[in-house]
Amino acid sequence: MIVLLGVALVVAGFALRFNPLLVVMVAGIVSALLGGLSPLHILEAFGSGFAASRSVTLAFLVLPVIGLLERYGLQQRARALVSKAASLTAGRLLVAYLLFRQVTAAFGLTSIGGTPQMVRPLIYPMAEGAVIRTHGAVPEAVTETIKANAAAADTIGVFFGEDCFVAIGSVLLIAAYVNASYHLKLDPLQIAIWAVPTAIAAFLIHGFRLLRLDAKVARMIDDRR
Amino acid sequence: MIGAEWIYWLLGGFFFIVGVQIAFDRVHPRRWTTAAFWCLLGASICAGNLVPSWLLGAVVILTALIAGVGLTGGGTIRTTSNAEREASAARLRNLLFIPALTIPAVTVVVALGGGRLSIGGRALLAPGSQTLVGLGVATIAALVVGWSILRPKNPAVAFSEGRRLLEAIGWAALLPQLLATLGLLFTQAGVGTQVGTIVHHIVPEHSRVLAVLVYALGMAAFTIVMGNAFAAFPIMTAAVGWPILVQQMGANPAPMFAIGMLAGFCGTLCTPMAANFNLVPPALLEMRDRYAQIKTQIPTAILLFAVNVGLMLIVPFR
Repeated sequence: MIVLLGVALVVAGFALRFNPLLVVMVAGIVSALLGGLSPLHILEAFGSGFAASRSVTLAFLVLPVIGLLERYGLQQRARALVSKAASLTAGRLLVAYLLFRQVTAAFGLTSIGGTPQMVRPLIYPMAEGAVIRTHGAVPEAVTETIKANAAAADTIGVFFGEDCFVAIGSVLLIAAYVNASYHLKLDPLQIAIWAVPTAIAAFLIHGFRLLRLDAKVARMIDDRR
Repeated sequence: MIGAEWIYWLLGGFFFIVGVQIAFDRVHPRRWTTAAFWCLLGASICAGNLVPSWLLGAVVILTALIAGVGLTGGGTIRTTSNAEREASAARLRNLLFIPALTIPAVTVVVALGGGRLSIGGRALLAPGSQTLVGLGVATIAALVVGWSILRPKNPAVAFSEGRRLLEAIGWAALLPQLLATLGLLFTQAGVGTQVGTIVHHIVPEHSRVLAVLVYALGMAAFTIVMGNAFAAFPIMTAAVGWPILVQQMGANPAPMFAIGMLAGFCGTLCTPMAANFNLVPPALLEMRDRYAQIKTQIPTAILLFAVNVGLMLIVPFR
């Protein structure tokens, strides 16, 4: 039972807003010591865990080219382009991006989107451009809301799209784990197909909420006047 | 055969260059410690599989400590003003999109077509590495295209601009990898087995609704703590999914496990532990509230969780 102290440390650490790096490191070390792992074993786990998960930060590789394009006005151009499209609102734009992200992820193309590649350089400035066209200026609180919604559309889109693809980690994990543990013969395709109803529900639910974003932004701007 | 290792060298090299830039920045508020953080992180990414794990682990812990106790910070990087950017955008117009769109376009081409390339009958790309290689090739292509369209006086300006964005992310750049390590340590320490035992004791044996609820809630809750549904799945499936739902109640395993995993994904939307998806984007977008994205996602997560529970009650039992 005592090894569960590590889980409690994680929850308490985040709740008390300690630096997450410290919380995670301390919780890991405490659990490992309580679980009877040797200090050398713990060092090795930090090394192999880091080496095996290097791919999670690979998208940062695009930062120099995105930064360079920003220097020359990419965000400004994205805003200007949208400000000419009369029927495009922030909500509709993000619904379109949600759909694009879900469909491409469903075909296994998860690295086509993401905050470094798409949201910061293109999607967020376009959504803000649509708000500027309708309302003129954009108060900072509205900018925050738009950024949060752009990032959320990206995350929700990739989560509830990628599982429809047979060769994605979670689907392969389900198949590998249950086939090895319970002597089943589940095919990854059988599993992936059952992610489709939830993917559709995710699009309907989050798409509906995104369509209401325009009214929310209008209210926020009216309140300030 | 081309694997993914060289791309980690590129990434590590970029982090290292950022560290060196900071070391030369006389006005940086936390000059030496921040430089050390990025240099160590870059070196660790390059070293990866080359050094013994315990040594890499010690460096990772040191790097995390430097940032964890608050010794790193962001500097001020000289870039263009808003007015300069507006003028440049008006001049270059849609040409600006070409390098940006090169990234997804080349990624897709390599990811989909790279597997077919072969030299003398041997595959050119290592299996499973196509997408990563695609992103690496796409980044280089986009940088070359960007340089040739924008023609900056000093091409190295791309790296100081890259530093501007990387410093906005700051310590959050290391968090996803530490979380992966935490999952590993929890598993080795037997946390999962313990949770499984507890859940097994509380789950009702005869109520289908309650058993489905415990499976789905357990997936979501454990995912919230671990930041990853992958860690929750074996535990909850061994405790409830297989013995009670499939073996006792006769649920069809494919939809039960597939939708169970997605119930866990609803937890991922609500947790700062899924740093790569929920904390890094607000950092990169320079938002004031680092938790604003999670707050935006929670209503969708709750509604979608309810849909998943509904599906799990009907579909696997038809």
